[in-house]
Amino acid sequence: MTPRTPLVLKRIYPVISRDLEQAGVVSTAVRRELLGLGMSPDVVRRASVVCFEGEMNMVLYTRGGRIILLVKEDRVEVLFSDHGPGIADIDLASQPGYSTAPDWARELGFGAGLGIHNMQQNSDLFKIRSRVGEATVVRATILLGIPFF
Amino acid sequence: MQIREIAADIGLEALAVADPGREVAGGYCSDLLSDVLAHTQPGDLWITHQRHLNVVAVGKLRDVAGIVFARGLRPSPEVVARADAEQVNLLISSDPAFVVAGKLYSLLHR
Repeated sequence: MTPRTPLVLKRIYPVISRDLEQAGVVSTAVRRELLGLGMSPDVVRRASVVCFEGEMNMVLYTRGGRIILLVKEDRVEVLFSDHGPGIADIDLASQPGYSTAPDWARELGFGAGLGIHNMQQNSDLFKIRSRVGEATVVRATILLGIPFF
Repeated sequence: MQIREIAADIGLEALAVADPGREVAGGYCSDLLSDVLAHTQPGDLWITHQRHLNVVAVGKLRDVAGIVFARGLRPSPEVVARADAEQVNLLISSDPAFVVAGKLYSLLHR
């Protein structure tokens, strides 16, 4: 078990399905919050990429939901929680190059099949839980370094 | 090299230039947003054919020096307004992406 550490900041952002006009707004807001806290450019960039990929996945493939930003003393956590439809095979969906994107999304440069992979690459801890027909919850954690060392 | 010097040298039209003094370190060509998120470096000039709103967010999140739309592709006023608001440099080249990249490469590596 990881020890509980004090919460520095918590933000909750709604994400609306298919609303591409607003897509990216949460990621840029998260970036601003982290910069405001004086986080290193590396942490800000990694968290921003994780957030953008998750946000786009929610906009393109889910019925919407919310993104929760939790900043603790030793970590940044981004939680993505949607209202389905769920992921039947998480391993397959995580494979680089695998995509279910429709043609219109591919034409806009989405659907490269790299979204979940990019999220994993930029996270220190990464977990997807999904129930088909119900919901998917993703937790991406970026560690800020170990205090006391 | 600053983006304003590069724009003048290789003939880029400025659409939104919030930071004309921004240093350009390199370049990256791609139309796949996840590929750009994974591989651009801060300070790169991103050359692309995509010109919708999300491009501004991707450029901002990766802290690119600017986004260049190749082949004279012009984004909508909403995209330019978003770039102004987010302080992302947007430029257009009438050249195809290959030529823009070639010119930028020669300029940065001469």
